[in-house]
Amino acid sequence: MRTSIVSLWGLFAMLACGCQPDHGEGPLWSGGTTASPAPASDMEIEVPPPPFTEGVFPCTDCHDPEIPVNARRRAMKTAHQEIVLEHDQEHRWCLDCHSAENRDKLHLASGELVDFTESYRLCGQCHGDKYRDWRAGAHGRRSGNWDGKKTYLLCVNCHNAHAPAFRPLKPKPAPRRPQRADQPSGAPAESASQEGAHQ
Amino acid sequence: MSCKQGSCGGGSCGGADRPAAEAATACHDDRDWAPASEGIVENEASRREFLCALAGCAAALAGGCSEITHTPFFQKRFRELSAEERAAFVADLEREHSARFHKPVKVGLQEAKEGVLFGYALDISRCIGCRRCVYACVDENNQSRDPQVHWIRVLEMEKEKGIDFAHANAYYEADTVPRPGHFYVPVACQQCENPPCVKSCPVGATWKEPDGIVVIDYDWCIGCRCCMSACPYGARHFNWKEPEIPEAEMNPNTHALGNRPRMKGVVEKCTFCIQRVRDGRYPACVEVCPVGARKFGNLLDPSSEVRYVLEHKRVFVLKGELNTRPKFFYFYGL
Ligand code: HEC
Ligand code: HEC
Ligand code: HEC
Ligand code: HEC
Repeated sequence: MRTSIVSLWGLFAMLACGCQPDHGEGPLWSGGTTASPAPASDMEIEVPPPPFTEGVFPCTDCHDPEIPVNARRRAMKTAHQEIVLEHDQEHRWCLDCHSAENRDKLHLASGELVDFTESYRLCGQCHGDKYRDWRAGAHGRRSGNWDGKKTYLLCVNCHNAHAPAFRPLKPKPAPRRPQRADQPSGAPAESASQEGAHQ
Repeated sequence: MSCKQGSCGGGSCGGADRPAAEAATACHDDRDWAPASEGIVENEASRREFLCALAGCAAALAGGCSEITHTPFFQKRFRELSAEERAAFVADLEREHSARFHKPVKVGLQEAKEGVLFGYALDISRCIGCRRCVYACVDENNQSRDPQVHWIRVLEMEKEKGIDFAHANAYYEADTVPRPGHFYVPVACQQCENPPCVKSCPVGATWKEPDGIVVIDYDWCIGCRCCMSACPYGARHFNWKEPEIPEAEMNPNTHALGNRPRMKGVVEKCTFCIQRVRDGRYPACVEVCPVGARKFGNLLDPSSEVRYVLEHKRVFVLKGELNTRPKFFYFYGL
């Protein structure tokens, strides 16, 4: 891993002095010495609203404090039937993530309550590496401005918290094969020669 | 291939100062390659070209000069236009395209910002080959729907073989992706620091901007396609026919060196969405990717996500041995 990074810096060093005669004023690579700072912990993170099913939030509409909490591992019957845990389910159950006292919140191992708008902090507890990458922009997705305000998708925008494996997608249509004049239509072209000189 | 040694190999096809009309004629035999169905149109085009050449509007050759003759500056390269001339040039284009697409079209001139060198990183351990990026790019950048032009090609490769262009397949079909045993390598312009396409252009119609984006002056391009054979990534695409963009889908936010509607007979390619990124926004493909595999930012900014990727992940470039020095990186995000 290190090796490849080093060789990349080599590449950048070259990039730095690779002259651009026609753009003498162009920016030069600033050099490979600056270490990228770890993302600041108090960095403001802008996220879309949690992708709740309509009508399910606030949870306390139903989860009245009077109603006893049922921590038993079971199949949901009278509500939430669609939730079947496929996320380290041998070791976890609902209330490891959801607060028993305040159903409108999540909770960390420390007991700290966390809003659903910050569910990434919950995920980050167990997936520290992905959390770090996400905060730096390498995992997940950002939109908005590369040099300014950006929005981060929440982990749960892509991963269902209860069954987080990413589900396969239907691909968009394949490109049409290019045709050449000397070929009857429909015959496959020696496509690569024109469109992709990949050989 | 299409670019014959005699006509344009090694830049022998005239220097950058050579009048475009001559260069066009020299390279014109390449047109033998055009689909037969175009025969009639071609004749018509040739006649127009001839008249055009007489009238001196050489740069407009490929597109049919009738649309551009009202532009007083078309004989100059974009790069040689003064600020006023550029403004007048895009004002003309805006009028023309607004009338054609029946909506207000903006043709921007946003310039490169100091201290910015754009870079891109794509996580091939995440990409699932869904092609959302391909079509988002078509929509954003006004690529021709018919004939079909795609700036991004997603290559399917076999995990067993690794990166292997000879056995890559861009035409895979599947109910769902990723297909077992396969991985996906989307390829578009690699925005080389050392771009062979730029060197191969006999008329200087393509160049690298200070922020690293390789652009094309569509009005100066003679359609010789030398750049296409020079590009090792198959990232340049030729408009064999008049591009067709449905009016309703036409993106009216354009840039003079990017996604403004092109004409028949010119080459086009990815510009990192120059119309967006010069306004500070992410490219369209970055924002559409459902797995978040696409990263974009300023290579000169140590806190940008591309720099983070370069410093923390296993990174490689395509065909690095050719010394093209791409600013498009591939990485393993695992
Ligand atoms: C790994 C932590 C975790 C576990 C375990 C967990 N949840 Fe969740 N749950 C979440 C997070 C995070 C959300 C918020 C998703 C969002 O923002 O839309 C959520 C959302 C919900 C919702 C709202 C869903 C919707 O349709 O919008 C319900 C209901 C729920 N959980 C119930 C349960 C039940 C019942 C269990 C046990 C079977 C459970 N959760 C286990 C983390 C967890
Ligand atoms: C429509 C009423 C309703 C709403 C709204 C609702 N719940 Fe529930 N919830 C229930 C019922 C009823 C049960 C018991 C289901 C069973 O045992 O079959 C339950 C069970 C649960 C459980 C299992 C633990 C327990 O105490 O039984 C969790 C966790 C849970 N809900 C979380 C949530 C969260 C989080 C939300 C909001 C995002 C939410 N619920 C919103 C009705 C609701
Ligand atoms: C209490 C610890 C814990 C928390 C909190 C937690 N996870 Fe996990 N997660 C695990 C473990 C352990 C695994 C591996 C076991 C498995 O795949 O079920 C896992 C697996 C995953 C996987 C890989 C699934 C697969 O099958 O490929 C994803 C994605 C994931 N978690 C996302 C999340 C997200 C998103 C959150 C926040 C909503 C979250 N996790 C919160 C412990 C946790
Ligand atoms: C843009 C969508 C997106 C977002 C946002 C996102 N992920 Fe992922 N994540 C993915 C994809 C795609 C994979 C690969 C999934 C697979 O192979 O099943 C993945 C994989 C993972 C895995 C499995 C390990 C691996 O490398 O395959 C974990 C754990 C995980 N993500 C956690 C998170 C956490 C935690 C967050 C939020 C901090 C998050 N993800 C945000 C798309 C996303």
